Amino acid sequence: MSISTPTPAEQIARSRQRRSPLAVPQSKAWRTILAGVVLLLSLAVVILISLCWGAVSLSRVELWQAALGQGSVINQTIVWELRLPRVVAALVVGSALGMAGALLQGMLRNDLASPTVLGVSSGAGLVALTLFSLGIWPGLIPLGAWFGAVVTTLLVYLLAKQGTRLAVERLILAGVAFSTLFGAIQSILLLFSRESRTQSALNWLVGSLNGRGWSEMQFAGPGIAIALLLGCLLARSVNLLNLGDELAVSLGSPLFRTRCFVGAVATFLAAGAVSIAGLIGFVGIIVPHAVRLMVGNDYRWVLPYSALAGALLLAASDLVARLGAVEIPVGVVTSLVGAPVFIVLLNRSSRPSLSRN
Amino acid sequence: MPLSLQQLSGGYDQQTIVENIDLTIQPGEWLTLLGANGSGKSTLLKLCSRILMPQGGQVILDGKAIHQQPAKAVARRLAMLPQQQLAPSGLTVEQLVTMGRSPHQAWWQWELDTAGLVQVDQAIAWTELEEYRDRPVSELSGGERQRAFLALALAQNPTVLLLDEPTTFLDIHYQLQLLELLKQLNREQGLTIVAVLHEVNLAARYSDRLAFLKQGQLYDVGSPEAVLTPRHLRDVFEVEVALIDTPVGRQICPLAAVLPQAESAPPIASQVVLGV
Repeated sequence: MSISTPTPAEQIARSRQRRSPLAVPQSKAWRTILAGVVLLLSLAVVILISLCWGAVSLSRVELWQAALGQGSVINQTIVWELRLPRVVAALVVGSALGMAGALLQGMLRNDLASPTVLGVSSGAGLVALTLFSLGIWPGLIPLGAWFGAVVTTLLVYLLAKQGTRLAVERLILAGVAFSTLFGAIQSILLLFSRESRTQSALNWLVGSLNGRGWSEMQFAGPGIAIALLLGCLLARSVNLLNLGDELAVSLGSPLFRTRCFVGAVATFLAAGAVSIAGLIGFVGIIVPHAVRLMVGNDYRWVLPYSALAGALLLAASDLVARLGAVEIPVGVVTSLVGAPVFIVLLNRSSRPSLSRN
Repeated sequence: MPLSLQQLSGGYDQQTIVENIDLTIQPGEWLTLLGANGSGKSTLLKLCSRILMPQGGQVILDGKAIHQQPAKAVARRLAMLPQQQLAPSGLTVEQLVTMGRSPHQAWWQWELDTAGLVQVDQAIAWTELEEYRDRPVSELSGGERQRAFLALALAQNPTVLLLDEPTTFLDIHYQLQLLELLKQLNREQGLTIVAVLHEVNLAARYSDRLAFLKQGQLYDVGSPEAVLTPRHLRDVFEVEVALIDTPVGRQICPLAAVLPQAESAPPIASQVVLGV
């Protein structure tokens, strides 16, 4: 962090330097475009490898034929019924978690905010674990988790609301209160349920894309797609909220309404993701940070890029999860892959710090 | 009349901090609110900027009550420079000032229109921040940062600007620089300014009128010459002062804090006036 303030002459010299043609690649716009190209290219590569690689390896030609509905029926089934839905699920879930995290971090002005803060995970977890431990309605777990997430967030909002005011601090505290309470109940359920059920419940709690297909996507996919679009449209509102309450109001942002709307979109995204893949942590927290390191703090860029980067992180993690002889839950891999990448980014970043002051 | 407070009462939750304030601010006027800590200056300003809802009465801007209008419509005419600002890391001066156009943009407008670009350039030029356009706000010094946030408010193209202790964290140089800039905007652009200042001397020097608040009530309003008297300052701030005539007008020199029980003591006999 630079402490000394440059003299005006130095500043003028610096700004001229920056505007010289040679300095262009360092400018913000260039950096943003470059980051976007890198993200898209990496995403394309990961998707291709994910489709080709597996217990049965496909060459590029075989993949192409299968995609066009030609070649062997087995290959077509592998691509269309097994790998593609799983890749699409990874993209959808990853982008939903990435954007939900970015929306909440911007709205709550808190670098540690993620869908977990508003009780999404605890609510979804409570309903899912209840169904798991009772061993009933396994088919209803996605739907139940979705409702658990949405209802819990609603409770958090009601608890935080004072008249027409909705303070950030109260939202976070209410979220923590519900998460703690529901977490305790989850522990009790886990302790008292049969071992075989505990295993599958744990798998769900960590988050996995194993065997996820078009049916799960049919339920949550369209909702997530709409919410992703709405999330991008909220970018300017989030920018204002990120400046603090007083300035946001002064700039004409209706605080209460905006907070409800941003919270609702984030919840729909996260709840949709949870209903598809279970509780995948870490993506929602870390992806927005990484994106801000790349493109700065303008949410018109942070939000769509967070969706992209989230999709990339989850698709890559899922690929890694499938690499070994025994498949690991993708939720574990996101942390194993994501954390080192994030540490490198943090270290290489020339920005002074993540502090908001 | 651009801004008029009518029987305005307000505070936090159930607590009422300011009560029954009647005050009209003329177009192009600079009015400064003065008062002891807890007298309700900032509360009054927060009521005017819509951060707080009034418990009674209303604030009228151009003939309409601001709390009954959409936030955006008010923000096109009324801007606020808060005391302390959050500067998200990585946000450049230009990006920050661009957000000042928000009240003029529809929700689908991603980028600025021509009028918006012109106003942003103008705001940056007024605050002399051209050289800092691409610098992150979080890396600016206190004075530069305050100017950047002023540029944000000016980009809104407001007729009324509210200032909440804008000089608190600045050294004397930046204090004068900022206030001179505001005075210039006040005179040349006809910007109406309602400010809260701690520094009585700066308030007297730059304001057209001073409004003294005491325990949530309006104590007196008037031109600096009329209301900057030892009696006002004793009653409002509980200090004994000497008045000094200086090249920048009448200023005060605080002599001693008065003990609360000294309120009933006779007024100080001598008023020290020093010629410079």
